Amino acid sequence: MKKKLVIIGNGMAPGRALEKLFELAPDAYDVTIFNAEPRVNYDRIMLSPVLSGEKTFEEIVIHGDGWYVERGITLYKGHEVVEIDRATKTVRSEPGEVASYDKLIIATGSVPFVLPVPGHDLAGVLTYRDLDDVHAMLLAARAGGRAVVIGGGLLGLEAAAGLKEQGMNVTVLHLMPTLMERQLDVAAGHLLEKAVEARGIKVITKANTKAIVSSDIRLGPARVRAVELEDGTLIPADLVIMAIGIRPNVALAKEAGLECKRGIVVDAGMRTSDPDIFALGECVEVDGQVFGLVAPLYEMAGVAALHLSGDVSPRFVPSATATKLKVTGINLFSAGDFADGKDRQEIVLRDAARGIYKRLVLKDDRLIGVVMYGETSDGAWFFDLLRKGTDIAPMRDTLIFGPSFAAGGPADPMAAVAALPDEAEICGCNGVCKGKITGAIDAFSLTSLEDVRARTKASASCGSCTGLVEQILKIKLGDRYNPAAIQPMCGCTHLGHDDVRRLIVAQELKSIPALMQALEWKTSCGCAKCRPALNYYLLATWPGEYRDDGQSRFINERVHANIQKDGTYSVVPRMWGGMTSAKELRAIADIVDKFAIPSVKVTGGQRIDLLGVRKEDLPAVWGELSDAGMVSGAAYAKGLRTVKTCVGSDWCRFGTQDSTGLGIRIERFMWGSWTPAKVKMGVSGCPRNCAEATCKDVGVICVESGFDIHFAGAAGLDVKPTDLLGHVDTEDEVVEVIAALVQLYREQGRYLERIYKWARRVGIESIRQHVLDDTERRRALHDRFVISQKFAQIDPWAERARGKDAHEFRPLADLTRAEAAE
Amino acid sequence: MTLMDKAWIDIGALDDIPRLGARVVKTPLGCLAVFRAENDEVFALDDRCPHKNGPLSQGIVHGRTVTCPLHSWVISLESGSAQDSDEGQVKTFSVRVDNGRILIDADALLARAG
Ligand code: SRM
Ligand SMILES: Cc1cc2nc3c(=O)[nH]c(=O)nc-3n(C[C@H](O)[C@H](O)[C@H](O)COP(=O)(O)OP(=O)(O)OC[C@H]3O[C@@H](n4cnc5c(N)ncnc54)[C@H](O)[C@@H]3O)c2cc1C
Ligand code: SF4
Ligand code: FES
Repeated sequence: MKKKLVIIGNGMAPGRALEKLFELAPDAYDVTIFNAEPRVNYDRIMLSPVLSGEKTFEEIVIHGDGWYVERGITLYKGHEVVEIDRATKTVRSEPGEVASYDKLIIATGSVPFVLPVPGHDLAGVLTYRDLDDVHAMLLAARAGGRAVVIGGGLLGLEAAAGLKEQGMNVTVLHLMPTLMERQLDVAAGHLLEKAVEARGIKVITKANTKAIVSSDIRLGPARVRAVELEDGTLIPADLVIMAIGIRPNVALAKEAGLECKRGIVVDAGMRTSDPDIFALGECVEVDGQVFGLVAPLYEMAGVAALHLSGDVSPRFVPSATATKLKVTGINLFSAGDFADGKDRQEIVLRDAARGIYKRLVLKDDRLIGVVMYGETSDGAWFFDLLRKGTDIAPMRDTLIFGPSFAAGGPADPMAAVAALPDEAEICGCNGVCKGKITGAIDAFSLTSLEDVRARTKASASCGSCTGLVEQILKIKLGDRYNPAAIQPMCGCTHLGHDDVRRLIVAQELKSIPALMQALEWKTSCGCAKCRPALNYYLLATWPGEYRDDGQSRFINERVHANIQKDGTYSVVPRMWGGMTSAKELRAIADIVDKFAIPSVKVTGGQRIDLLGVRKEDLPAVWGELSDAGMVSGAAYAKGLRTVKTCVGSDWCRFGTQDSTGLGIRIERFMWGSWTPAKVKMGVSGCPRNCAEATCKDVGVICVESGFDIHFAGAAGLDVKPTDLLGHVDTEDEVVEVIAALVQLYREQGRYLERIYKWARRVGIESIRQHVLDDTERRRALHDRFVISQKFAQIDPWAERARGKDAHEFRPLADLTRAEAAE
Repeated sequence: MTLMDKAWIDIGALDDIPRLGARVVKTPLGCLAVFRAENDEVFALDDRCPHKNGPLSQGIVHGRTVTCPLHSWVISLESGSAQDSDEGQVKTFSVRVDNGRILIDADALLARAG
């Protein structure tokens, strides 16, 4: 029988421990998690980008619901555990759920410290710990007004920058003379203060808060009105954020009789004083030390997972941690211990003009502390020396100039990164080391920052290591890596496709002119490259709201036919799933005669192409096709083209399912949708695959037991078989998965990027997780697709036959006769 | 000859052309493409790309240029010459806008006919 593992708290530490545990011993435990927060595990350190609007909550989720379902984990969201009964080995949650355990993990994190001054419990006074706090801040920020942040540490400054970004008037109060004094020395603290003030945030140091002042209760419910300092200064405030520190959350463990000091006391194997109970994360204390950054917590998680899987040898040894501030435009880095001391020496470098300050603290020829401000690219190299305790005596004279000098060579900024060993950590947020990045670049032929992010997660969270990752790319690829050439959408902007898409959402940009103004386009009205892309992004982001801009579409999509080399057009009506009828064929034949259409061809997509139609005739041709019940085949569109089918179980002796019927159903459901590039599908009735489904963007192979869904094939400029997305049992599921897949592609794909290229960029695994494994996300994607279809399934031909865009099809003037008369 | 002495032909209203769009004017010697730029400047060119005769009227208009729909050459609306590294020249015609009407230089059109 499987043993029962219960976890209290669903934060970053236990999340990582579970990942490891399921790698090591997937079948050892039945896992139950109680989480006081009513949500899945997310990247808490990325709350600040959510606050500033640079990211959405969706983007910072670490494990979606599907992740738990797939591993058979029971997750109680919004269940705070109120009792651990060690005698019966059970835990009880606030709503009354009881679970028994063989092993228990306590991972309750920390609680923010609240200054016990009068008024600390007024409405409008918040702490900064979880998503609810962020939502409350965003709500408050919407009303504008003034915010006071108490605490000028990492959290306080990130909150201040976020609230400023949201349009509030922000003041930071800090008790100490300089900001972030625990991570920065005085000099760097001053530089930081100047940079924060340059962003329009007011900073008051040596500010001792005396009270929080209430509004006049005769005018409504009491809420915060101002903050009063010890010296009597009153600072008006509509919102107060307390970010003055955290305390390990030990209450529950203490009540259960476990040994607690500042934190829950654990040994190097993460065991508490009860051998069946582990504790990890910010709630614990090891060797008298408590922790507040994720890197050591992830190490604890690895140790706990090994112990739980039966290997009791690994020990958690606290190591130095490095700090960065996640405020765009402010570069600082600090690690280790930099207090002054008799046995310590220091090396300092200043460059006032460039706003650079670097300080190294040495003891016994080893580096024990680093502070850098303004220019932090050598941070990883110093941190590596510090952690390894390398003897720096031989390079002491040039140490502060970084690895390029240490190597004795010319000052080459790339050398810093080149000199890093494979184990050197590059991305602290996601624990990615250099070797993993270089390995992925080789294994998957990655060429861009986005590729590396998608594959390894390096720099995908806070982004502060982006520069390092780019340098690694440059070292690996040499001249082949040209970020400037890859990244901008076109010459009109310095922004890349993904940035533009993100900003469209973040800044709610809803028209091309608004976007070009807000994102500082370098040209007055864009170019033929960016405008069609922007038009698509806006259309896909704001279905029903954005008004399509015909002038930003390539001619084929503007007039809904394909231009030919002589300026005539071709017309391809839909034949659902390749099926047609005598009535349709007769109508086509009549139209060909009536308009003297020169060529009629059967296409490679199982339908008929009428080639050489004069532009002026298009509306009339469409009118007649429309009367016969036919709609546009979108043979010109970055949208759904064809769904090829085979005869399947209707006729074929090998057919396992109704492949024709399924193809028709998919085509009828999905026609009209706009996508980053064209989308072609196929449905075959058995693995003989007569509909060639396995080289399409999306393909379905029917089998006895249901349906194999394939995607990311190519058969044009590139030829590549599809990858298997997964198997489902019913037609309904096929339709839902495909809609979710196409919607995800609509949301993530770059303009003109076919599905197979998108999949290569973001990774098949991540796509599979969204559209197959995580049923909640799948449903949500499907539903978004359905909403956008409401506005998309209007036949453009019927509209134009009725007169829409008539100017497109008629000359402005006909001077042939007028001039002849002159 | 001053502006007013010239013979101008009315070919339609400014509002008949969408901003950043174009319309065709048929003449005995082939079509003209009449463009309306973002700031309502109007330009008239032969509707034939110097590359392979692509109909410029069907291209995407940006700034004072148009991108040909067939192979994406970029043509200046002002001078008619191909931009960037491409080489070629399209004939341009003077046009002016008067009271919301677009007028084209009749003499130039006739000269073309002749
Ligand atoms: C008509 C048709 C050829 C035929 O006579 O059979 C055709 C005709 C054109 N194809 Fe195609 N393709 C046709 C099936 C295909 C297929 C096969 C298929 O769909 O099963 C492929 C390979 C699969 C694929 O899509 O990659 C195909 C790969 C391409 C490509 C290469 C795309 C790529 O990313 O690799 C292009 C170029 C492009 O899209 O940029 C292209 C572009 C074109 C264009 C639109 C070229 C252009 O821009 O003017 C042609 C338009 C002709 C017209 O006016 O109708 N056509 N083309 C087929 C129409 C299918 C339909 O019913 O809609
Ligand atoms: C805004 C912000 C920015 C940060 N930036 C960084 C950074 O840049 N770098 C860095 O390294 N670290 C950063 N941190 C710190 C980092 O997020 C934490 O160290 C880490 O998340 C702690 O993980 P944990 O699993 O110990 O606890 P948490 O992630 O805090 O999870 C604890 C969970 O347990 C739940 N819980 C508590 N009691 C109970 C109970 N009785 N029953 C059930 N559930 C309970 C809580 O609701 C919570 O969800 C930041 C933190 C914040 C708030
Ligand atoms: S796919 Fe299979 S069932 Fe369908 S036609 Fe081909 S052989 Fe027959
Ligand atoms: S015909 Fe205009 S670019 Fe080729």
